[in-house]
Amino acid sequence: MFEAIAFYLFAILTIVMFYIVVTTKQALFALTALAAGMIFISAFFFILGADFLGVVQIIVYTGAVMALYAFGMMFFDTTREVKEKNGSSLIIMGLSILSAVFVVAIFSAPIIGSNIESLYPTIEGATNSQSVGMVLFTKYLVPFELAAVMLLVAMVAGIVLAGKKMDRSLTLMAEEEILLSQEANKKVIL
Amino acid sequence: MMEIGLTHYLILATILFSIGLIGVMRRKNLLMLFFATEILLNAVNVGFAAISHYYNDLTGQMFAFFIIAIAASEVAVGLGLLIVWHKRNGNINLDTMSSMRG
Repeated sequence: MFEAIAFYLFAILTIVMFYIVVTTKQALFALTALAAGMIFISAFFFILGADFLGVVQIIVYTGAVMALYAFGMMFFDTTREVKEKNGSSLIIMGLSILSAVFVVAIFSAPIIGSNIESLYPTIEGATNSQSVGMVLFTKYLVPFELAAVMLLVAMVAGIVLAGKKMDRSLTLMAEEEILLSQEANKKVIL
Repeated sequence: MMEIGLTHYLILATILFSIGLIGVMRRKNLLMLFFATEILLNAVNVGFAAISHYYNDLTGQMFAFFIIAIAASEVAVGLGLLIVWHKRNGNINLDTMSSMRG
């Protein structure tokens, strides 16, 4: 009963929030609605008993990714909106809904088959975080480490792409060069 | 109606996925395009978590974790590229990205 009420409430809230994201003209509205939608998505994970996934959703998506987007938006003039001339929105909506239904049908087709066995069944008597830890650090250890390395590479790539004058290294420059560049900076400030 | 099954969650994931696809197709602002891809990834995550719950299998949750990790690194690299593009060209309109057109 309560599960059904929670499901429908959060489903409506999530759909409304994500619809605002794809239709609004203001970038700030879109960012805020997306953050709210992410929080509401985490509610589904808590309803489904995937507690750890829900916490990760809140921390990583709304904490890190949304903060990064907010940081990135400071670089752009968000008040000057990009002019978006759209074609027929009816065709776009029809095509999107049709292809989404096809994708879900293709990927959920194996459910109809009856001989489905759990690859890693949930462990009896263990909480969700415990069983997640057991499976993640035994069966999925190598993909986990690969994901960690990938995040490190992405972090370095993001810093290098966004950073200015990263080709100048103070440790490789002579003392006079550093002093000269400091003098030049002072002149710019004055 | 009152008993929430796997079908309900799959229908919800379909709706969220189609909203994300609509966003990908009709937005011209590159930042909004990134937002729409986040919606797509979240829709898939909901489907994975639901299947994981209704089949008592942890594989779905594992895949959802890896999807979140991929989304985080995609944001880091994509936002860096976006900043470089904005510094060079002064706008983030998708229609201006036609420098490789023949």
